[in-house]
Amino acid sequence: MANQPSIHAGVRALARLKKRRRSEAIFRAFGIAAIVFAMCALAWLLGSIIGTGYKAFYQHSLTLEVELTESILAPNGSRDPDTLRRANYRRIMQEAMFTRFPDIEGLSSADQRAAKRQNFDIMSTSGGPNYIRQMVFKDPAMVGQTITVRIPTSDIVDQYLKGNLNVDVPEVQRKISDRQIAWVKTLRQSGEIKAGFNKRLLFSTDSRDPELAGIASSFVGSLMTMFVTFLLAFPVGVGAAIWLDEFAPKNKAVDFIEININNLAAVPSIVFGLLGLAVLLNWAGMPRSAPIVGGIVLALRTFPTIIIATRSALRAVPPSIRDGALSVGASHVQAVFHHKLPMAAPGILTGSIIGMAQALGETAPLLMIGMVAFLTEIPSSLTEPATALPVQIYLWSDSAEQAWSERTSAAIIILLMVLVTMNGIAIWLRSRLEKRW
Amino acid sequence: MTENTSKNIKFTCRDVRVSYSGKEAVKGIDIEIADRSVTAFIGPSGCGKSSFLRVFNRMNDTIPGCAVTGDIRMDGEDIYAPGLDPVLLRARVGMVFQKPNPFPKSIYDNVAYGPRIHGLAESKADLDEIVHNSLKRAGLWDEVKDRLKDSGTGLSGGQQQRLVIARAIAVSPEVILMDEPASALDPIATAKLEVLIEELKEKFCIVIVTHSMAQAARISQKTAFFHMGDLVEYDETDQIFTNPAELRTQDYIMGRTG
Repeated sequence: MANQPSIHAGVRALARLKKRRRSEAIFRAFGIAAIVFAMCALAWLLGSIIGTGYKAFYQHSLTLEVELTESILAPNGSRDPDTLRRANYRRIMQEAMFTRFPDIEGLSSADQRAAKRQNFDIMSTSGGPNYIRQMVFKDPAMVGQTITVRIPTSDIVDQYLKGNLNVDVPEVQRKISDRQIAWVKTLRQSGEIKAGFNKRLLFSTDSRDPELAGIASSFVGSLMTMFVTFLLAFPVGVGAAIWLDEFAPKNKAVDFIEININNLAAVPSIVFGLLGLAVLLNWAGMPRSAPIVGGIVLALRTFPTIIIATRSALRAVPPSIRDGALSVGASHVQAVFHHKLPMAAPGILTGSIIGMAQALGETAPLLMIGMVAFLTEIPSSLTEPATALPVQIYLWSDSAEQAWSERTSAAIIILLMVLVTMNGIAIWLRSRLEKRW
Repeated sequence: MTENTSKNIKFTCRDVRVSYSGKEAVKGIDIEIADRSVTAFIGPSGCGKSSFLRVFNRMNDTIPGCAVTGDIRMDGEDIYAPGLDPVLLRARVGMVFQKPNPFPKSIYDNVAYGPRIHGLAESKADLDEIVHNSLKRAGLWDEVKDRLKDSGTGLSGGQQQRLVIARAIAVSPEVILMDEPASALDPIATAKLEVLIEELKEKFCIVIVTHSMAQAARISQKTAFFHMGDLVEYDETDQIFTNPAELRTQDYIMGRTG
């Protein structure tokens, strides 16, 4: 025995061991490389989005004294709403700017026109007059007074102050003139132009002017769509999964259904959009662009995911639990609803939330059913035209100006935060509800 | 151990066959099982003893592809009669499994589950009493009386198995089937379980499948030896272990096959 060398000692054994260790080291190195690559990609993605998007969360605004001249607003002395609605607020604002910079008076008349226009362009040209109109409309007694207001600057001035405009090129090639730069610098030094948190981004509806645009309407549209999706996909998905797993007879027809549900999960989402267009809009005559239609389409998209998640959660419940329930005389339905379902709940909820998060990020099917509406009002019912957050992002990303690109990124940040929150809830629910058995 | 076992017959089986997807696991068994006594089923793995045990509470019904034929009567009543609801049968014939399977609920809720679904308790006080009595009879009351709200899955293996027995007792069954109840327990927990079985046979008809021949010898009045789906020998336990009639039984008991 002693003089018989072990097969696990000696040069050849060492060589085998070395080979094995080398392949393990290579495998580990590949694993680490893959993780590093994935983390870099993620960091790059987040870095570029946040790097552009954070600037949309603050905005510059201008403090201005405005004289609500009666002769412009209500020349006949009347205060009736119709007159006040149609009054020339643009002129009021132009005059206010002109009053702030009286030097324009000294320019030649041709130059004066251009200067006045550029002067007015410092503020948001539709936002400023609109703001005053709303104020006056609310309180007609203001006519004739001089008030101090804070209004957003134009997106060009905002971009210039954020350092996004290249001012080293000749004046004709830039969107901001030398004169405007001088004015803005004066206003900035005097504190009349200040940066502040951009509330409009969160609480305003969409607008043609980037400095006035916000995500409120698309966010509410997304919430409504998700509400419909959840209401349809969750009960149907969980119910179908329970039936398939617990009560379905084992035959060819059920196998066929199962295969097709799995296939359904892999169908490109735009196909569901086409289905919604053909069936819900054209055939059933449901309203175009409505959250109810979007919700139904996304429910179709989500419910295979919920079925698959529910089935795997149900299967993870040990059969001994069902046996235990049956052995004390529980019926099959009781065994499922009293024992299997509660134990599968964390998995079902996690799967459903992730399915909902996917649905929240869907754009293509919503484009097909017309949820690309340009909305200046928050939708208030499920049948009104609405749009969704990812569609809003898609629309904004189509606009060329720098101000839009930073708002696109900001909207993506908001969408990502919602998704991260949803996934966080899923993780929290899982750890909260999960029981060991 | 030839004490006066009750002459009452609980189960009468004639030509019982169990097959899984056409493959026969139990091949025509005739047996009578006495009430208020312990009947042990022994035999090598795959001999059909567990499959046969599950005939008595129709747990085989829940296995896809499983078919049971033959005549099985409990107190003279055909338990496979078309009109008979297996759910009610299982309330009368409780079962304890190889691996303790308490529900992931509190100890109280584990025991109260059966009475609740069958509506056995009129009031909360009734239910409390059922839970108390069941745990007491399962010999677990003193160990858990201060933590009835704790999870049943937090108990030790032996305690879990007694909890499962309490859960079965709580619905007032007539029969308790046990499928290798001690195979996952240590010797001390096994000893406690055996003492419990000894007590339970005063009230219930107990049928136990076991791999431990010593256990069968200790606790049962009658023993059935199964082999390859056949009932080879069925007799008083003393007889089986001291003077088996069949050579196959003898070989198995002596450890020569199995």
